[in-house]
Formats: sequence, C-alpha cells, structure tokens
Amino acid sequence: MNAKSGNERNATTVERKSDLEIVIRRRFNAPARIVFEAWTKPELIMRWWTLKSVDMSFVSCEMDVRTGGSYRFVFRAAGFEQPMAFCGRYTEVIPNARLVWTSDEGGEGGAVTTVTFEERDGETLVVLHDLHPTKESADEAASGQALGFVETFGQLEEVLATLNRNEDT
Amino acid sequence: MVQFSQTRFDASFAALSDATRRGVLEQLGRKDASITELAEAFHMTLTGMKKHVGVLEEAGLVVTEKIGRVRTCRLGSRRLEEEAAWLERYRQLWAARFDALDEVVEDLKRKEKADERKKRK
Repeated sequence: MNAKSGNERNATTVERKSDLEIVIRRRFNAPARIVFEAWTKPELIMRWWTLKSVDMSFVSCEMDVRTGGSYRFVFRAAGFEQPMAFCGRYTEVIPNARLVWTSDEGGEGGAVTTVTFEERDGETLVVLHDLHPTKESADEAASGQALGFVETFGQLEEVLATLNRNEDT
Repeated sequence: MVQFSQTRFDASFAALSDATRRGVLEQLGRKDASITELAEAFHMTLTGMKKHVGVLEEAGLVVTEKIGRVRTCRLGSRRLEEEAAWLERYRQLWAARFDALDEVVEDLKRKEKADERKKRK
C-alpha cells in the first residue's frame, strides 16, 4: 500500500496509454472553479508547480491564460548556472473545465498537455493527458531532470508546513 | 536492455494503475506470499485477491506456483524493475506536485468561506 498518500481516494494515479501518451489522475475536495483557479493564476501556480525543498524555484512566471495566449516559466535549479525557461501557448481554454497547452522547448513539435476538470458532488477529478511527439520524449519526461525534485519526499511535509504557517500570519 | 513486446508492456502499465496491485507488488518485493496471506494483508476476499494476482500474472509482473494446496506468489523477473520504476518515478513527481496543489486549493476554500462569512455580517 502506498502509505504516503494517506487518503487512497485522493491518490495520484499514472497510466501510460501508449508510447506517446501519459495520463495522470487526481481527485481534489473542491469545486472545479477553485482547482482551475489554482492552475491559471501565476501567484498560485508558483506555490505548487515546483517544490522548494530541492532548490528548484521560480524566477518568473508569466501566463496569459486564454486561447492563443502564451506562457513562460523561468526556473532556477541547484546545479545549473543558467535559469531554465519553459514556454508555450494555450491552444484551448474553457474556464473551470479544460486547459490545453503546447510546450515549445523541444524545438519542432513539442508535447501537448490537456487538463480536464470534472466536477461531481463538489469534488473535482483532474485528468492530465500528456501527448509527446516521440517515444523518446515521453520516456525522458519521467527520467529527466524534472524528477530531480521528487527524491526528497520527506521534505515535502516541511514545505507544506511552511506554507501553512505563512497563511496563518 | 531487454526489449518487451508492446502488448505486454501495455498490460504491465494497466496492471500498475491499481493501488492494491501496486501494494501487492511492494509486499512481494519484501517476501513471497500465498494468495491467502495477500488477501488478509489487504483485507480482501480470496476471490478478489485472486483477480488482482491474475492481472499481475498476465502482465508478467508476478509468477505463481501451486505447491500442495497453497498458491505462492513472487515477483516476475526484471519486468518490475524496468516498468514499475519508470511509472512510479513519474507518479511520485505528480503526487508531490498535487499534494502541494491540494494545499493551495484548501487555502482558497478557506478564504472563500471567510469571505462569505464577512458578507453575511
């Protein structure tokens, strides 16, 4: 059993649909509009997209969340002198229901990410679907440097506790 | 690097999409167990556990062997290391991210409730 997740109902599941597709699911105890808000406001996404415990942090976060709008995330990571930029375009935005964006860092034909927010009885199921241009790109997604920051699971609690403290003040 | 056939590969990922089955693999990673022992450990019926083990067996993640009246389960060879490790790393990335998102969502809910209370006053 995965003891870390505690609540099995809200566990994160991952499925590799095909060589090119990865699907991730997670339920949140909140209406879709709240979960959607956390995905579409820079000041909110900056609080959860990276984990501070492993020295990867936002330098800047620009998001123009509307169909055709672009985004640009810049991170600083331990061990890298230069900040890393990730950018792309929102190709579909349906408030509280659906977000689709492209990743342009890979040169020609980057990955396309689709996130849907399905609300039922006040809860929201988030389904994230990553479509990679090549099998190699999909494989890399899980083994690349992005994963560097999950090694220190134990420190997560600490980060969350800090967030809670900040909120209380 | 061993090459797996595509159908087998897909079957492995489907098998791993279930929390109980991932738990069974984790358990078998520590030591072999009979289906009865697994059913008890996961508070399931024998029939329920047999189904889960069947899915894992089909995917080649688990091997079973009947000795007398007891069917013993153990991990299939290298398949687990390669496929489960890949998927589990990916899952952990998102689980960590989503746990942090959960905190943000809870915070937004609290704020909304507080705002509602203010309005009523």
